[in-house]
Amino acid sequence: MHATTTLLTSATNRKPRNFRWRVVDIVIASVIGVASGLIFVVWNQAYNPLSGLLTPLLPGLQALLGGGWLFAGVLGGLIIRKPGAALYTELLAAVVSTLVGGTAWGATILVSGLVQGLGAELVFALFFYANYRVVVALLAGAGAGLALAVNDLVLWYPGSAAPFIAIYTASSIVSGVLVAGLLSWLAMRGLARTGALSRFAAGRSNRARV
Amino acid sequence: MTPAAAASVSGASVVARGWGWRHAGRRGWAVDGLDLRIEPGERVLLLGASGAGKSTLLHALAGVLGGDEEGEQRGQLLVNGAEPTAARGQAGLLLQDPDSQVILARVGDDVAFGCENLGVPREEIWRRVHDALDMVGLDLPLSHPTSALSGGQKQRLALAGVLAMRPGLLLLDEPTANLDPAGVLDVRDSVARVLEHSEATFIVIEHRVAIWQSLVNRVIVLDAAGGVLADGHPDDVLSLQGDRLAAAGVWVPGRGSGLTVPRRETRPASLSTSVPGSEPLLRTPGLAIARTRTDFVARDIDLTVHAGTALALTGPNGAGKSTLALTLAGLLKPAGGAVLAGPELADGADAEPIRWKSRQLLTRIGTVFQDPEHQFVAATVRAELAVGPRALNQPGPAITARVDQVLQRLRLDHLAEANPFTLSGGEKRRLSVGTVLATRPRLLVLDEPTFGQDLRTWREIVALLDELLREGTAVVAVSHDTDFVAALGDREYHLTGQAGPGVTSRAAVSR
Amino acid sequence: MSVLTPARGPQAIFRINPVAKLAATLLLAGVLILTIDWVSASVALACEFVLFCWAGLSLKTFALRTLPVWIAAPTAGLTTLLYGQAAGQVYWSFGLVNVTEGSLELAIATTLRILAIGLPSVVLFVTVDPTDLADGLAQVVRLPARFVLGGLAGLRLVGLFLEDWRALELARRARGIADRGALRRLLSQAFALLVLSIRRGSKLATAMEARGFGAPVRRTWARPSTFRGREFALVGLGLAVALLSVGVSVATGSWNFVLT
Ligand SMILES: Nc1ncnc2c1ncn2[C@@H]1O[C@H](COP(=O)(O)OP(=O)(O)OP(=O)(O)O)[C@@H](O)[C@H]1O
Ligand SMILES: Nc1ncnc2c1ncn2[C@@H]1O[C@H](COP(=O)(O)OP(=O)(O)OP(=O)(O)O)[C@@H](O)[C@H]1O
Ligand SMILES: [Mg+2]
Ligand SMILES: [Mg+2]
Repeated sequence: MHATTTLLTSATNRKPRNFRWRVVDIVIASVIGVASGLIFVVWNQAYNPLSGLLTPLLPGLQALLGGGWLFAGVLGGLIIRKPGAALYTELLAAVVSTLVGGTAWGATILVSGLVQGLGAELVFALFFYANYRVVVALLAGAGAGLALAVNDLVLWYPGSAAPFIAIYTASSIVSGVLVAGLLSWLAMRGLARTGALSRFAAGRSNRARV
Repeated sequence: MTPAAAASVSGASVVARGWGWRHAGRRGWAVDGLDLRIEPGERVLLLGASGAGKSTLLHALAGVLGGDEEGEQRGQLLVNGAEPTAARGQAGLLLQDPDSQVILARVGDDVAFGCENLGVPREEIWRRVHDALDMVGLDLPLSHPTSALSGGQKQRLALAGVLAMRPGLLLLDEPTANLDPAGVLDVRDSVARVLEHSEATFIVIEHRVAIWQSLVNRVIVLDAAGGVLADGHPDDVLSLQGDRLAAAGVWVPGRGSGLTVPRRETRPASLSTSVPGSEPLLRTPGLAIARTRTDFVARDIDLTVHAGTALALTGPNGAGKSTLALTLAGLLKPAGGAVLAGPELADGADAEPIRWKSRQLLTRIGTVFQDPEHQFVAATVRAELAVGPRALNQPGPAITARVDQVLQRLRLDHLAEANPFTLSGGEKRRLSVGTVLATRPRLLVLDEPTFGQDLRTWREIVALLDELLREGTAVVAVSHDTDFVAALGDREYHLTGQAGPGVTSRAAVSR
Repeated sequence: MSVLTPARGPQAIFRINPVAKLAATLLLAGVLILTIDWVSASVALACEFVLFCWAGLSLKTFALRTLPVWIAAPTAGLTTLLYGQAAGQVYWSFGLVNVTEGSLELAIATTLRILAIGLPSVVLFVTVDPTDLADGLAQVVRLPARFVLGGLAGLRLVGLFLEDWRALELARRARGIADRGALRRLLSQAFALLVLSIRRGSKLATAMEARGFGAPVRRTWARPSTFRGREFALVGLGLAVALLSVGVSVATGSWNFVLT
């Protein structure tokens, strides 16, 4: 009896989280998605020559470049903090990069965006959309990296040998953790510091009243 | 809007009972202890000092203040007996910043947006769009891109978008800031036309009382300390309590600014010949200005700016005042001719300001942009003011002292730790002026330094500039504000936008 | 599709529902992706170039907008040429580089395939107005209106990037913080741009709400978005090109399924 009461009060002390997307959530997620999409356009161009340099070093190592397409989802998830945010931003970024830049991979980019977004989304979901510490950000990056590896290995490198699969998967996870996870987290913190995120939980977590 | 259709809109009532709102992250309440009753169909002018919470109240009435995540509410605020958020759309709100209100890419679509959201049938939407555009006098094809509109046109577009919704509660937040005097009257007349045929309740915020006085039948003055300072029929309130209101920062019509700037020693206004013995700080032989390489905004501009004098740049919206100001300030490249700094201003640097380093500009020419938000780079008001001095590598204590001084002078000290972007419209403007003052440049270039300011701050700014002028600083100010031009401008340069500019010589200030 | 200027023109192509353009390119890409051979790609490319004559583009626009694809295709081809699966006669070998008959063939196929997939999507989307695309996605595909319109608003904000970038450049110079090294300045200004657009986004959201966006009412649409004869014809064309290239490729025995 006692246990339940304390539990209840401690639960009510915390503001209930609202999972419904506000208009501002949608608009900002879109801004992040579109901006990331434009970065994708640049990255699409840089990928070919760079992967040409990495592949000869160790085939599969080119997946290290994958992070350049993974940060959108993690950043969106970290800032918006609502179910579906990572998926939406990553997918929108993919759409924009197809539409604006005209990528060499055509419409398949949309599938990649969907899968990679899901990878990050699942990690945030595993933490019930309640935990946005750096560890979770890194894990979300890893999730997106794993998703990228699975997607690419099925779509582009079917029937590869085990070493290639291992290298490719490891590289994309490393890239996901560092570029998508760590960089996004740093970017989120930087944005929060500027006060631009004052309408979001991400921008308020540790600011005193003034 | 056809009179018949408009008449079907019935006005909304507003009731506030001890209502207050505190923005997330703020210690103080933006509005507090507000008790108010506005009957359907009343026309209200909402006044109050900058930062008193006027915009906050209007946002609340339109139901766009946001929920628990964005602030804290106490008391009760009801529109037509219900929470405003529950009936979004019955109130139409024109925001303080017209630039941020363009939503869609084409003029017609943008006006239609509100109607679509309210579920108005398609044929009816287009009828309303045409009516609304007629009303505000925006004569453009429906497919005209919204990215190609001047400031004044944007304001009209936003107003049309609000009118098309046929709101029962029409809320306008400084609808004429940034407009040229002719534009102000135009917009005022558009609104008058709408009100003639409509029963809608109407609330407008404006620091300049005279513009709206004839259209409203009630004035409410918000007290910055919470509650209401004065409330009643415009004539009564303004005549009976004029002194009190003027003291609180309200522009009471017929009283002017109440400020007499004593005559300063001024240079002759002749342009071509420089005064013997005094090199001008800046001259612009044969200057042509442009935003892009190809489109000249104006040409053959011959100006001189002398130390200790003020030059006012005036002209209609889109005439090129901001472009000229930015060119004079060494930020935009002259499209023809040159901007030349005299040896006193250049102080060892190149003769052309455009070639100066960013840091060299700081102590020589300080610029305040028309849109203050473009200039903010720091996370707090205090840090914002310290950016310039820090770039100059001044010692810490000196920076702190200077920043404190500026904070106090512009009455921003209570907001020192706030984020610049969360300030009210007037506060932002003051901060942007402050950032320039902090480095004590020899020449100040100010784009609309007084818009959106209450009387108290206005006087403060004028007095401050007058002081600087006496110390030998030169001021170039773009302004639609005739009082300001009269108070400070030794000379006025009028850009007409078409026929070619002309220079009006002015004797020193006199009123 | 251009973020900066709404596309407009007299030709019929401008009036075709963007959803149909999306569907046609997806269909074509979906089929071409299944095989890596130069025949299917060449057939598709040949048909596409004939169709491009009706795409409503001047030669200059065409060249300018498709430039990324023209760069990407040969670079990808080159990578394949150097490191692709070795087969047949070896022409040149150096370390990991192995230029062989097989890799040459693959390289040509890859280059052509990227062109065949990339060009039509670029060409079709040059004539797409984002507003029409959003209308189509919401009314024809029935995606949630809140998200589609939010995305559209976000896109328009980004259309202002260029102007904001210039304004920021001036403003930062005026504030005395533009003297840093080129890279640092670029990065910090890019970050400032992101901050500015997030701020604008927050304000825009308020403006949208002030116009009843997100109100619990069933939304109507001022511009109808329809999917009719023209649209079906375009999708049909896409399908025809896809089938023709597969047919020729299979008939000539060059079909090379990616999963084998
Ligand atoms: N989003 C926000 N977050 C935090 N504080 C805010 C926010 N918006 C406004 N404030 C603060 O609330 C107070 C009231 O602001 P408001 O914009 O309502 O003033 P105002 O009366 O409209 O002033 P002005 O005449 O200058 O426009 C100010 O102190 C302002 O700094
Ligand atoms: N960033 C820009 N890029 C291109 N053209 C611009 C830009 N800003 C303004 N213009 C154009 O340059 C001309 C002059 O604009 P400017 O902003 O100097 O006018 P202004 O006199 O300051 O007007 P206002 O009173 O509305 O501020 C206008 O025709 C305007 O459309
Ligand atoms: Mg205000
Ligand atoms: Mg201007």
